[in-house]
Amino acid sequence: MKHVVIIGNGIAGITAARHIRKNSDFNITVISAESEYFWSRTALMYIYMGHMKYEHTKPYEDWFWKKNRINLVHDYVKAIDTSSKKLLFDQNKPLSYDILILATGAQPNKFGWPGQDLKGVSGMVSLQDLKKIEDHTKNINRGVIIGGGLIGIELAEMLNSRNIPVSFLVRESQFWDNVLPQQEASMISRHIKQHHIDLRLKTELKEILSDDHGYVRAVVTGDGVEIPCQFVGLTAGVHPNIKLVKESTIETNRGILVNEFLETNIPDIYAIGDCAEHKHPPPGRAPVEQVWYTGRIMGETVAQTVSGNKTAYQPGPWFNSAKFFDIEYQTYGRVWNKLKENEAEFYWEHESEQLAMHFVFDKVSKTFLGINSFGIRLRHEFFDQWLKNSVSIDHVLKHLKEANFDPEFFKSYEEDIISAYKADYPDSKVSIKRKKVLGIF
Amino acid sequence: MSALQKTGMSIFITASVMLISVLFLNQYQLTEQAFMSAVSSDSELKMIARDLAPMKDKTYSFNVNFNKDIEHYLQSSNKEVKSRFSLTNKDINNVLTQFSEQGIKYSTEKISGALDGSEEGKFKVQKLKDYTSWMEGREYSDLASLEEHLKNTKNNINANVINEKGYGDHKIKALKLALTRQSSFGPITENTLLWLLLTIGLGVVGALMYILPKLGLLPGIKNDHIFHSPNSGRGWIGYMVGFLLIGFYVILYWFPEYMTSWMILVDPISLVLNGNEASQWFFYGFLYTLAIGVMGIRMIIKYRHSKYQMIRTYSVIFFQVAFAFLIPEILIRLNKPSMDLKNIWPLNYTFFFDYNIENLTQTGSIGLGMLMWGIILTLIGVPIITYFYGKRWYCSWVCGCGGLAETLGDPYRQLSDKSLKAWKIERWMIHSVLVFVVVMTFGTLYTYFTGSSEIIGISTYDFRSVYGFVIGAAFAGVVGVGFYPFMGSRVWCRFGCPLAAYLGIVQRFKSRFRITTNGAQCISCGNCSTYCEMGIDVRSYAQKGQNIVRASCVGCGVCSSVCPRGVLKLENKDPKGRFGEAILIGNEGVKMKT
Ligand SMILES: Cc1cc2nc3c(=O)[nH]c(=O)nc-3n(C[C@H](O)[C@H](O)[C@H](O)COP(=O)(O)OP(=O)(O)OC[C@H]3O[C@@H](n4cnc5c(N)ncnc54)[C@H](O)[C@@H]3O)c2cc1C
Ligand code: SF4
Ligand code: SF4
Repeated sequence: MKHVVIIGNGIAGITAARHIRKNSDFNITVISAESEYFWSRTALMYIYMGHMKYEHTKPYEDWFWKKNRINLVHDYVKAIDTSSKKLLFDQNKPLSYDILILATGAQPNKFGWPGQDLKGVSGMVSLQDLKKIEDHTKNINRGVIIGGGLIGIELAEMLNSRNIPVSFLVRESQFWDNVLPQQEASMISRHIKQHHIDLRLKTELKEILSDDHGYVRAVVTGDGVEIPCQFVGLTAGVHPNIKLVKESTIETNRGILVNEFLETNIPDIYAIGDCAEHKHPPPGRAPVEQVWYTGRIMGETVAQTVSGNKTAYQPGPWFNSAKFFDIEYQTYGRVWNKLKENEAEFYWEHESEQLAMHFVFDKVSKTFLGINSFGIRLRHEFFDQWLKNSVSIDHVLKHLKEANFDPEFFKSYEEDIISAYKADYPDSKVSIKRKKVLGIF
Repeated sequence: MSALQKTGMSIFITASVMLISVLFLNQYQLTEQAFMSAVSSDSELKMIARDLAPMKDKTYSFNVNFNKDIEHYLQSSNKEVKSRFSLTNKDINNVLTQFSEQGIKYSTEKISGALDGSEEGKFKVQKLKDYTSWMEGREYSDLASLEEHLKNTKNNINANVINEKGYGDHKIKALKLALTRQSSFGPITENTLLWLLLTIGLGVVGALMYILPKLGLLPGIKNDHIFHSPNSGRGWIGYMVGFLLIGFYVILYWFPEYMTSWMILVDPISLVLNGNEASQWFFYGFLYTLAIGVMGIRMIIKYRHSKYQMIRTYSVIFFQVAFAFLIPEILIRLNKPSMDLKNIWPLNYTFFFDYNIENLTQTGSIGLGMLMWGIILTLIGVPIITYFYGKRWYCSWVCGCGGLAETLGDPYRQLSDKSLKAWKIERWMIHSVLVFVVVMTFGTLYTYFTGSSEIIGISTYDFRSVYGFVIGAAFAGVVGVGFYPFMGSRVWCRFGCPLAAYLGIVQRFKSRFRITTNGAQCISCGNCSTYCEMGIDVRSYAQKGQNIVRASCVGCGVCSSVCPRGVLKLENKDPKGRFGEAILIGNEGVKMKT
């Protein structure tokens, strides 16, 4: 019986393990240095804010693993001996594998700032980071967050929940406008300020200052302003965690290099999730994509290959979601921060509520290319089909109401959106259907 | 917490402490007047006045001592009754001497001469005659076998002596309540309105001062520090609240004589609404309605970004205020049978009890209408409406228990157990209660129509009293609400409510309702499962892309509200495809069957 060993018990590694169990009778071992059981990294903020406890973030009950014959090892892998197919641990005895899946995740970026390793400076990725944040934000007067991405804004919300004043240093001219178009980025920036966050746009970190005991005392911004603080959160993105494989013969670049079958250069060794870098990414996709869903899809895919059904990584149309304080965000297809040559757009924003939709389509053919939606939930299934079938923007608008996924009784804005669209594009002939009374007639 | 909120909370706590202290402020004196108001029948009045004569016009500072004395004097009277009216072996021997040694033919006539003509003797003769009338003409080979029969009869008669001639347990309970209520005097009686304002009135004001400033916060999910809080995180405040609630229910159901001051407190309201003095049930109903109202306002503010939650909360407040509280009181005032028209059998387990049927059938067309209404709701209303909208139409929109859970219970919803084991226990328990209530109701109807009080040797009356005690009071009340801070807000709805079981079976097998999951957007964060008051592991479905079709889901919609990724939607749609395959979108390489 083959022994499949997976390093990393995140969504990628665990999905692989579960699907290999479904499709084979192999021995399966999952290793993690971080936690005994799989927990949901995406829920890290909710533990700090007291919405949940750590237990609640575990997607499976503890008995699940034994019942499904998935061995769990809670230890750190120090080295991989690819020639003898062995793993060396911090504490446990070496372990042999027949097939090795690397799902080691990602680590916070540190750009060599002076003072980045002081006490009171932390990234926000792991349970250990959470503990650090917890310890270093007790009774403090101010926290500074460096880097305006999805994790940065979560950290801002976290500190805010404990009434800790926050300075949020963002390099860009609006929050996350390296990903979001200006309209949305400025709407979110406004929302951040509504929550009394001291949002400092176009501001970079120069250095972090220490007190006499090696603790953070203040940060200095690019333009020389000193902000006194006792905690600094580094959330300027993450990079693949390749520390372990760097010393081995496994090929790496930014991440662990894999082909379309998620195979590394060494036979029987695969890499998936945040740590992987695609040598030949699928069309329109980036070589490194560090989100929950891609980790899951890679896990599902590698499980097929390992169980004998060789399968290429083939994600469907791009989708993602996030929440910026109170504003939910969903995206389907691609809405780049700046329109591409061939693209046209239509943007709608509610005058008072923080609701917005941004449609992108082909200038000439009118093919729908992508949507950003803020504060209005949309059906993934519909947009997935529409993107795959290359339907027109008119088609999308016509059926927008059916694609709405907001809870019942929510106000619907499709009519506003469509009339705004018609004002922008007078040639279009979109109309919408009437809604049923009480959902029956 | 702002200064205003802190003040509000202090006011609320002060008012609550005062409400409890109200129970100790009045004094008790059994006056002629008190006797007259507490007891209606003349003969009874005489007997009670005699037995409680030593207490008359004595002043008691404590309710407990007052009731202890009532208990003491009534029990000593019982003792006397017992010694006077119980049949003795000697009495039986006297009866036996009336018969010849052998070839006995039993005749009740012979008993008359066996005992003396005193009051006691007459009573005993009458009882013996009644109890042995079935033996008339029966033949016995010898005295020994007759003696055996008579001794058994003696025991049966003696077991009932207290109920007939003295004070049975029920009577003592009722007397205690009535006498305490009527003997009470002091500040609460003199300044009732003032005390009402200082306790319940101030409590409402304090609570609103705490709640309303939350309007100043931006709308959105407000779950910060839920698990840090010693109240909502199963900490010391939670335990205290739980024990206070349990204590309240124990007094309400089993020792109402200790809460007479509370009844007096709400007399002014009761008098306006139904023209009578308040009972413990009126006090309970009033407090319950206030709790739903005030905590409903909290819920509406907390979820003011979600129209679904707002409308649903308006609905539970409306049904509580109008249907559970005002209409029944007004019906009493109009001398009509009083009924909570939305309380459906089998939750309303007394609906088919003889006294209720009689009460309804004897009060003309309005009573008959109510009877029909109840039957139609149970047999036709429940399945049809549940088919269209799921059980939520009742459980989280109309029901009073649900209404309290969704308002007062909201701070505790996250404490429900989500484990597979809890789900197993839940299914066993709730369906057992359903079976129990069905059997009990059929038994009661059987008794009602045939007059026979036993089915296969089990008394239908015992069935009823066990159900009333274990399920109706202990489970629904004490555990159902008292355990909010320990096991979440829906302990009763999840493990005990027979109507929920019935609605759940319809919802599970024949309904348009389901919770749809949005493609592959779930990030397994666990908010949905954590905040599901019914302990449904919503995430386990969402992360597989599977519809949630569960008998227990009350459709509160909170899972959908708290989901940070917009994954869940409560929907009524074509039942086809309800149990569709679990699909996660986004992987074109692998056709996932999860
Ligand atoms: C705070 C936060 C919020 C996020 N929110 C979202 C979101 O809303 N939506 C979204 O799509 N994505 C989100 N992400 C990104 C998403 O969580 C990641 O893409 C995903 O978790 C990656 O999963 P993974 O299995 O590749 O790696 P990970 O979950 O990082 O798991 C890797 C595991 O391997 C272990 N490991 C590494 N090296 C070793 C070793 N040598 N020995 C033993 N164990 C080792 C690590 O300790 C870790 O436990 C978020 C990330 C963070 C940090
Ligand atoms: S709350 Fe939403 S995202 Fe989180 S586990 Fe539930 S369905 Fe998934
Ligand atoms: S599954 Fe959702 S709607 Fe149903 S009871 Fe639980 S939280 Fe409420």
